[in-house]
Amino acid sequence: MSGPVIEARDLVKTFGALTAVDRVSFAIEAGEIFGMLGPNGSGKTTTIRMLCGLMSPTSGSATVAGADVVREPDLVKTRIGYMSQAFGLYRDLTVEENLRFYAGVYEIGADAGERVEWALSAMRIAETRGRLAGTLSGGNKQRLALGCATMHRPPVVFLDEPTAGVDPAARRTFWQIIRELSAQGTTMIVTTHYMDEAERFDRLAMLSRGKLIAIGTPTEVRRSFGENVTLEDIFVKLQETVT
Amino acid sequence: MNTATAALPAGFLARHFPERLRAIFWKEFIQMRRDKTTLRMMLGVPVMQLILFGYAINTDVRHLPTTVFDQSRTQQSRALVDRLAATGNFRIGAPAVSYADAIARIDQGRARAAIVIPPDYAQSLKRGRPTAVQVLVDATDPTASQSAIGAAQLVGQRTNVEILRARAGLTSNVPPVDVRMRPLYNPALKQALFMVPGIIGALLSNMLIITTAIAVVREREAGTLEQLIVTPLNRWQIMTGKIAPYLLVGYVQMTTVLIAGSLMFHVPIRGSLLLIYAVSLLFITASLSLGLLFSTLARTQAQAIQASFFVLLPNIMLSGFMFPREAMPAFAKALGLFIPLTYYLQTLRGIILKGVGIEAVWPQTLALGAFAAVLFMLSVQRFHKQLE
Repeated sequence: MSGPVIEARDLVKTFGALTAVDRVSFAIEAGEIFGMLGPNGSGKTTTIRMLCGLMSPTSGSATVAGADVVREPDLVKTRIGYMSQAFGLYRDLTVEENLRFYAGVYEIGADAGERVEWALSAMRIAETRGRLAGTLSGGNKQRLALGCATMHRPPVVFLDEPTAGVDPAARRTFWQIIRELSAQGTTMIVTTHYMDEAERFDRLAMLSRGKLIAIGTPTEVRRSFGENVTLEDIFVKLQETVT
Repeated sequence: MNTATAALPAGFLARHFPERLRAIFWKEFIQMRRDKTTLRMMLGVPVMQLILFGYAINTDVRHLPTTVFDQSRTQQSRALVDRLAATGNFRIGAPAVSYADAIARIDQGRARAAIVIPPDYAQSLKRGRPTAVQVLVDATDPTASQSAIGAAQLVGQRTNVEILRARAGLTSNVPPVDVRMRPLYNPALKQALFMVPGIIGALLSNMLIITTAIAVVREREAGTLEQLIVTPLNRWQIMTGKIAPYLLVGYVQMTTVLIAGSLMFHVPIRGSLLLIYAVSLLFITASLSLGLLFSTLARTQAQAIQASFFVLLPNIMLSGFMFPREAMPAFAKALGLFIPLTYYLQTLRGIILKGVGIEAVWPQTLALGAFAAVLFMLSVQRFHKQLE
């Protein structure tokens, strides 16, 4: 892989008078676990939506896995996986049926059966395969959603607040899986507001009021705010400036 | 890039179109099958409505409860009452003791008609003097009263003709001009024959519009739409997937009513079944698309259901389902032209009752096809693929 897998150049998104994302630029390398941190309203969800081709930027440009988000949003969608904050799968379908459905949606073709088996075991949900998705625990739902989003081996996966409302043991398993995917070369972009998770990112970007205020490894970001500061301190301070 | 999806030519994606559609059809079918309550309703309601409309809403009004105030009390007056009763329109009940009593009985709803015969009825007839018989009919319900009025007039005319002929000394009982009516297609003038095709149409459109009206909104509310929207599925595929399973439901409902209609009401199917199913495909698609359109306009399931109720009433009132379009004022009649059911009913009645072929119903078929295409395109257009 030569060059960054995601590149955002001066992304701007305005809603009426509100500038939700204000000239944000960054580059993400293949296989990175990249964190996006910021209080509510900082612009991280809007940034992700633009990168997924769901929203076109007011100005600026971005490429994701070689596809231009403005000119080729449909191509972008074939090359990314996306897992929304709210459980977005069919509660009245079984685990296996949800996986099969997304295998069809992503046109896996002849390998579909094999990919479904892969997802069941890689996501540690093989024993739930016949259960309706609506009856799963929070952690299992999360992993099923990740399985559906990675069904087609996308080079880039977006995870929006993936561990919100999930118990610590399930969170640990989830991070384990994310590291495994990353080791296989998948780029993971994760938003979170659990500060203890921030240390797990290879690199992270801090957003505040639509602006990118810091980017780098967790240590670099911490240092940019001064000595002996924790990420949590920075986050709390950011949140205060908002309210 | 190591993925198979990298840099695929558009033609390759196009050839893969069916796999996505297959996935979406399969998923919608499973969901439909698991929703047992809705499924039972979709199959049970048609039969219930057929029974309800077929038997209960019977506009062949016969046997009106009738009171008689017979002041003549003669053989002649009794013969007249018998003649009226023999038409089947009047069921003679308790007699009235006075004119006021007769009116009171109608006022109170104990009788719907009253026959008032004057004291000198028999005498006047004998002496060749004109006499008047009054038939009072409760006309609050015009349909119910009309056939009774018609029958009474006919009895009056026949009686007059016989009396005049007797006075003229004619012995032959053959009237000079005999106007013979021959009702075509429905010789027994059975209301059910007219109703059953109507029920198929009204039922299909009402059920299908409501079912699909909630289809997209439900996914939006459940959060599953957000997940679908980030996939390469395009809006045509999502919308086609939404209506496909219900095409089958529509066909099952239609077949149920056709079979039940022929068993319970002996509705004959004179035309081609194949043509019925072909035209129905267009009508079902139009109804489903209209429901989808409501679904894309509504934010909640409740709104979607309210929107679909908006068309249910015009469907029944303006389409010719219950009231003949010929009798409507120009404005209502014109409004009816914007309802797919109007065309479908004409087509169905034509094929089922008259046994006509496509040569007689092609304009209506064309209109249904146009409705289906335009409504489906509109709903796809309205379906915002992008999240606001």
